[in-house]
Amino acid sequence: MTGTQINIDTHLLPILGQVSDPEIPVLSVLDLGVIREAIEKDGTVYVKLTPTYSGCPAMDVIGDDLKIAFAPLGKKVKVELVLAPAWSTDWISESGLQKMEAYGIARPLSESADKDVLLAGAKKVICPQCKSTDTHLVSQFGSTACKALFKCEACLEPFDYFKCLK
Amino acid sequence: MKSEHLYNYILGIADNSLILGQRLGELCGHGPSLETDIAGTNISLDLIGQTRSYYQYAAKISGENKTEDDIAFLRLERHYKNVLLVEQPNTHFGFVMGRQYLFDVFHLLLLKELQLSKDETLAAIAKKGIKEVSYHKRFSGDWVKRLGDGTPESTAKMQEAIDDLWPYTQELFDMTDCRHSNGLRGRRCRCFKTKKGLLQRGYRPL
Repeated sequence: MTGTQINIDTHLLPILGQVSDPEIPVLSVLDLGVIREAIEKDGTVYVKLTPTYSGCPAMDVIGDDLKIAFAPLGKKVKVELVLAPAWSTDWISESGLQKMEAYGIARPLSESADKDVLLAGAKKVICPQCKSTDTHLVSQFGSTACKALFKCEACLEPFDYFKCLK
Repeated sequence: MKSEHLYNYILGIADNSLILGQRLGELCGHGPSLETDIAGTNISLDLIGQTRSYYQYAAKISGENKTEDDIAFLRLERHYKNVLLVEQPNTHFGFVMGRQYLFDVFHLLLLKELQLSKDETLAAIAKKGIKEVSYHKRFSGDWVKRLGDGTPESTAKMQEAIDDLWPYTQELFDMTDCRHSNGLRGRRCRCFKTKKGLLQRGYRPL
């Protein structure tokens, strides 16, 4: 959560932690860092949500899921999309990165290493299965806008790599 | 409408992304390989996502109770402000990549200027878009190179595509009507002062 302020009422955290990213269900919206503000006022929770990618279809689903999560408590939810500052992979929490790896998605590298890998074919992405770095890019675009498709030469498994976005 | 010039200006930018996004969307399930198919639809998704941000803003300032969907769908075809380049029909893959590359170079330069706009919403959409469009340009540029340097057949098809598409790049340099409006001062626009400037900055050898 570097670089920008987030402002979330602490009593809302347990509920927000139960709302997951529909594309990567092991990550909660808090792990992903897309909730920039959540404030309760007169029975309504006002949420500011920053999209990962402009066209990410998960954002509409997350908005609906937030409403469903707070409904049993009798709270309404108003979601506002906030574009600036733009979301960055730096906003994913460390525990989120660990969950992502355990789920089989390689974590984003630093900006310069990411460029080496995606532009120059460097072998730096760590296979989430066997931890080898003998990996190569199969497709610049993966199953979602935020990922690229890789293959590990050591264990021969294909896997997704979460692209660095800054 | 309160700020008609701004409204038209936003559509002048956003309509390009909508139309190209739709053209790429037509290819969903028809790419030459799974990877290129996924890439095309991912790029389409980014472009339509950007369009939504622009249209939501335009709908807000229209003051006419419009929604983003009204702007996207409830206009006659002559009311769209896109350049002709982006609506050229899909033919072969080299043509699609050539069209994409010519637009990506222009698009990235446009967004790099637009992020300096005094209009905070446009600047925010541009900053977000730059990250996505840089990746598009990398992808389309790679394919233009690969096909251009590939077999005699791919070279011929890529060359033919560029020959056919090149005349449409002229329009990218045309001034839009609202460029001259005082209300837009400081907002930048999709035009560059000279074509020469853009040629020097953008369309360099790959």
